[in-house]
Amino acid sequence: MMNLLISLVWIVLKVLLIALPLLGAVAYMTLAERKILAYAHVRIGPNRVGLFGLLQPLADGVKLFFKEVIIPTKANSVVFVLAPIVSFATAAAAWAVIPFSPSWILANVNASLLYVLALTSLGVYGIMMAGWSSNSKYALLGAMRSTAQVVSYEIAMGFALVGVLMAADSTNLQDIVLHQQGGFWHWYWLPLLPMFIVYWISGVAETNRAPFDMAEGEAEIVAGFHVEYSGMSFAIFFLAEYANMILISALASVLFLGGWLSPFEGIPFLGPLFAFVPGIVWFFAKMGFFLFLYVWLRATFPRYRYDQIMHLGWKVLIPVTIVWIVIEGLLIQLKVAPWFN
Amino acid sequence: MIIQKLVFYVFSALLIGSSTMVIVSKHSVRAAFFLIVAFCASAVLWMLLEAEFLALLLIFVYVGAVMTLFMFVVMMLNLDKEAVQEKFVRYLPFAVVVVALMVAVLIFAVKPGHLGDLGAAMSAHHGADYSNTKVLGMLLYTRYVYPFELAAVILLIAIVASIGLTHREKSNNKRQRIALQLEATKKDRLVVITDMGVNK
Amino acid sequence: MRSFKDIAKSFMLWELLVGLKLTGRYVLSKKITIQYPEEKTPMSARFRGLHALRRYPNGEERCIACKLCEAVCPALAITIESAPREDGSRRTTRYDIDLFKCIYCGFCEESCPVDSIVETDLSHYHFENRGENIMTKPMLLAIGDRYEADIAKARSDDAPYR
Repeated sequence: MMNLLISLVWIVLKVLLIALPLLGAVAYMTLAERKILAYAHVRIGPNRVGLFGLLQPLADGVKLFFKEVIIPTKANSVVFVLAPIVSFATAAAAWAVIPFSPSWILANVNASLLYVLALTSLGVYGIMMAGWSSNSKYALLGAMRSTAQVVSYEIAMGFALVGVLMAADSTNLQDIVLHQQGGFWHWYWLPLLPMFIVYWISGVAETNRAPFDMAEGEAEIVAGFHVEYSGMSFAIFFLAEYANMILISALASVLFLGGWLSPFEGIPFLGPLFAFVPGIVWFFAKMGFFLFLYVWLRATFPRYRYDQIMHLGWKVLIPVTIVWIVIEGLLIQLKVAPWFN
Repeated sequence: MIIQKLVFYVFSALLIGSSTMVIVSKHSVRAAFFLIVAFCASAVLWMLLEAEFLALLLIFVYVGAVMTLFMFVVMMLNLDKEAVQEKFVRYLPFAVVVVALMVAVLIFAVKPGHLGDLGAAMSAHHGADYSNTKVLGMLLYTRYVYPFELAAVILLIAIVASIGLTHREKSNNKRQRIALQLEATKKDRLVVITDMGVNK
Repeated sequence: MRSFKDIAKSFMLWELLVGLKLTGRYVLSKKITIQYPEEKTPMSARFRGLHALRRYPNGEERCIACKLCEAVCPALAITIESAPREDGSRRTTRYDIDLFKCIYCGFCEESCPVDSIVETDLSHYHFENRGENIMTKPMLLAIGDRYEADIAKARSDDAPYR
């Protein structure tokens, strides 16, 4: 019984060790986004609160914390309150199986890839519940758009993950990373380049980020599903969105860029030179690259129209992945070096 | 073991409770929400049986995709509660017959002897390296490969049929044809007239 | 018929990459933001901000109550009452400008024969109570006294172009 208790406390501690830095990362992701967007606009961005605006997320958090949480009169209050919680819980729970380094992983389970896929597909419920319970047409329209979009892009994403699964012969994320060992040309981005791109595009669509932010669509449906939310409940939606972005970035680096593996592995001179760098640093660097890409995409591309989103998802991305799955099968059968031998 | 039992009973209760609510609830959206809860609870129960592949697939496919589309439709509908209740009474006898038949079939199918020694299979625990996904995959693509492929073909036919039945192209469609737009060159649209006939 | 090149381009996401390159270049470019309270953009000598009434160097107020400014004011923001002073000269007893009405057109300044009413380059002022929007004669004179150096400099800078 005592052992059980100790292991339980230990697990809670480990969860906190992931969740608290995640919250910090989310907070500073908002700042980074504003800064990068500002830089793309030839502006400077927030720089008044603290040095380089470093305290800005704190100020925003405090502001949101002290704002009133308004529940609309005709809203379904239980679902209304539950929606942001569901949204954030699914975004946070997926972190349990992400391998941060050879030994740092909360739950090294066999079906972790499926687990992540299942949880990201659950994320849409937060949005849907919010949209429905708000009793507002804008919120409902936003939720509808988001639902259709997420369901469509999940298929493309699933196919892209099937590609990774075939290549690594495992659904365990840690195994997938270990299969990519040996320098950056061994990582799956190269043999699975179309999958990688499809995964990334559908990842951006899954998180409802620009240029796929139809669910928010402030130009036509005000703010979409979270139009009725205020104060802390809005803040939690915000947290969930950014936690999801970070999750998709982490997954992209685990699945296609070798997770915590060093890019210089196996290179005669650089390999030993960078051997001292712990894996988690490489992992965070790769995640940082993807997060930057998120903001870069937002700064560059205009929002897709609804039918264009559907066209892209069903008629472009899914066929591309299916074709590439066949090609990949051939590559695996022919044992093409250095990936599939 | 205690924790597993606790999880089992809690989620079984949740499953039964939410399943009951699905059919009792008068509000269709609420019923759909309870159905999702029921799916999640049964996924947990499958998890306890070390069938993590099926459990996650249940969440991924049913909760993540099927129920999302279902909710999509239910939210759009504005169902009349009174009418639903009226029909409830009218269709009750048929429903009872159907339920009785289904229960009979289930009892026949699940009765001991039909599924082998299920109890022993369920209580057998596997090591950490045992992958349910792999075993299931091996079984599906070797022993059950023909039924599996057949199911796939039937699904494909269903997709083609449903698209064929519902897809109607309007004759006065003013859809944007992006390929045509991209193909257009300056030469097609713009004619520069240098000689206006003035110099003749 | 789309050429092979077009198809290859669209699969390579060529146009998207070109777009990304553009924004990427701007991310790295030099920023042109003016850090406002610390840095300011240059201000024209003709800037029309808060009003002021000027005095001659000997301390005599310039305004002779000719009421040209009152007449020319398109927003009817200026109210002037005048009376002879003890020394017999005509002076204003009241010179009010309603800053809510004022449209900062600068006509008062243009019409003034003695360069008395001017618009300074002060653009930062606010009112906290009702009625504070009425600038009275002593207030206007006080502003003129306080910023006389700036006002005179702006006028002399602009003089060659008039």
